[in-house]
Amino acid sequence: MPETTDTGPAEPLLEVTDLRKSFVTKRDVFGRAVAREDAVRGVSFTLPHGRTLGIVGETGAGKSTVGRLVLRLAEPDAGSVRLLGADVLSLSRRDLRRLRRRAQMIFQDPFASLDPRMLVGQTIGEPLLLHAGLKGAARTARVVELLGRVGLPAGTADRYPHEFSGGQLQRVAIARALASEPDLIVCDEPVAALDVSVQAQVLNLLLDLQAERGLSYLFISHDLSLVRSFAHEVAVMNHGEIVESGPGSELFGHPQHPYTKELVSAIPVTRPGRRRSAAVRRAAASIPAAPEPPVVRPVLSHVLEGDPS
Amino acid sequence: MAVDATAAPGGAPNVPGRAPLLEVDGLTVEFRSGAGRVRVVDDVRFTLDRGRTLGLVGESGSGKTVTSLAVMGLLPPRSSWVEGSVRLDGQELVDAAGAELTDLRGRDIGMIFQEPRRSLNPAFTVGEQIAEIARRHLGLSRKDAWDRAVEMLDTVNIADAARRARHYPHEFSGGMCQRVMLAGALVCRPKLLIADEPTTALDVTVQARMLRLMNELQAEFDLGILFITHDLGVVAEMADDVAVMYAGELVEQAPVDDLLSRPEHPYTAGLLGSSPDVQGHVERLRSIPGSVPAVGAWPAGCRFHTRCEHARPGTCDTDPVALADGGPGRRARCVRSGELHLEGVGVDA
Repeated sequence: MPETTDTGPAEPLLEVTDLRKSFVTKRDVFGRAVAREDAVRGVSFTLPHGRTLGIVGETGAGKSTVGRLVLRLAEPDAGSVRLLGADVLSLSRRDLRRLRRRAQMIFQDPFASLDPRMLVGQTIGEPLLLHAGLKGAARTARVVELLGRVGLPAGTADRYPHEFSGGQLQRVAIARALASEPDLIVCDEPVAALDVSVQAQVLNLLLDLQAERGLSYLFISHDLSLVRSFAHEVAVMNHGEIVESGPGSELFGHPQHPYTKELVSAIPVTRPGRRRSAAVRRAAASIPAAPEPPVVRPVLSHVLEGDPS
Repeated sequence: MAVDATAAPGGAPNVPGRAPLLEVDGLTVEFRSGAGRVRVVDDVRFTLDRGRTLGLVGESGSGKTVTSLAVMGLLPPRSSWVEGSVRLDGQELVDAAGAELTDLRGRDIGMIFQEPRRSLNPAFTVGEQIAEIARRHLGLSRKDAWDRAVEMLDTVNIADAARRARHYPHEFSGGMCQRVMLAGALVCRPKLLIADEPTTALDVTVQARMLRLMNELQAEFDLGILFITHDLGVVAEMADDVAVMYAGELVEQAPVDDLLSRPEHPYTAGLLGSSPDVQGHVERLRSIPGSVPAVGAWPAGCRFHTRCEHARPGTCDTDPVALADGGPGRRARCVRSGELHLEGVGVDA
């Protein structure tokens, strides 16, 4: 793996070019693929050091697949991923493992992503052992330090995941991700499962860590309001492609692509004066509804939307 | 039953002095917990009129779903205790005998849930499932019930309804499943629709279509809607009035625009502050510290005082706080609401 410090701030932390991935959706009796669906169809973007790129899209848009491809949790069919100056897709297993300490991931449901049979201290300590070779008292001290950084008491280390709330456990997941001192964290719907009041706490923690350590986030979410407030740059995905990208305020203020426009206009707005009076609603209901837009077909779907023939 | 549920939906406005469509008073729910009981809903009181929507807002564990299940009479009788009064068009539901209640709630109350696919039976076509409701509650023949089901699928904008009625739930997308649920909930032309997070699992564009449809059908059927959600954006678009729940009790009630622009309870203000939509791009979000207390571990005094930045020791942590009237249609459960100037949301960003 090349020395990452030499790359300098001129080169982006992450550069993704024309990334493609399809999944087999149907096999014949011999296990040969007979049908494939394109999940990601030529996605390119760059993520500078210390910044956040938000990827938004609806179910089946391919946004989670992009996150997995970047960390090579799934193998892309084509394209290139350059992370910290290294070509991720051509790395050997060993080099890949070394690179992965610099790039971590947080998932939506910490109850599913953390091992229920491991103490929280073991969960956070594992990457310390694997990546830094820390053992014994030094490791324990570092675990406590990490817990403190995400706002959890030291005693947390001796408890099991089921003893915590979702918000607390997501903090544990963040502490584990921080343990290997990464430059990049891929956050796949990190607060979607949390209560509104707790969401803001976890997002604030991520913002503080970014300011403190210069972390970069690839922030994947279906929630446009969230991405707007959190990400510097936003990319909108639909059908495996990025249809529009740009600074959040620009993209949400002046959407150009028809899909982005539809998405932005569909966001419920938390402001007074949005609810129309009963009389207006009655009048509106008597006007025949405009024909519905064609059903957006999820790229990866077992659903038969239209005529089965 | 005295009520003719097959009558055409009337657009009759509420006559002054007539009983509200839904009147909930002193509703308290306890669940069995080990050898004892634990209270999950405490003295909830609200009313809902025909043609209007009440948004019931709260986080997980606030008791909003249990409140709706109690209204619907869906709580398990052996392990739960419901006290207080729930009246639909003046008729008491809490003490109604089992069979009578089943008839009443099936016909006069419709309900839709967060996960439509799980609420539908995968082994029957959607037409059969809707027709079954019509046969059971309206006593229609097999043929008439089927026709009614197809008609309802058409009403909820399922294209080619006659053919689609013969399809199974797995052949529909999530958004379409929710519209199928809505067709089933409305097939008996109920007066009240309870919608428990009906769009939470849907994509945002699908959600927008579903909300539009609910508004249209509300006007067409003169429905009262009890809309349960955690999303203040959805509340702003859908609700005429809002009731905010925290730790089993109502903490604030107000007409929607009043609640958003001038919240009177610090919890409501905190929820508005945590909402990313309200803030645009920011360095930090405002947040409420701590987390929702678990059922049975509610703090003494004001139940929110442990997380409240305005809490005053000796005042807020001693005695339970009453839900006090404050202006037209408004109530708040905060001893300091008169003196606090809480930040709300303006009309424009």
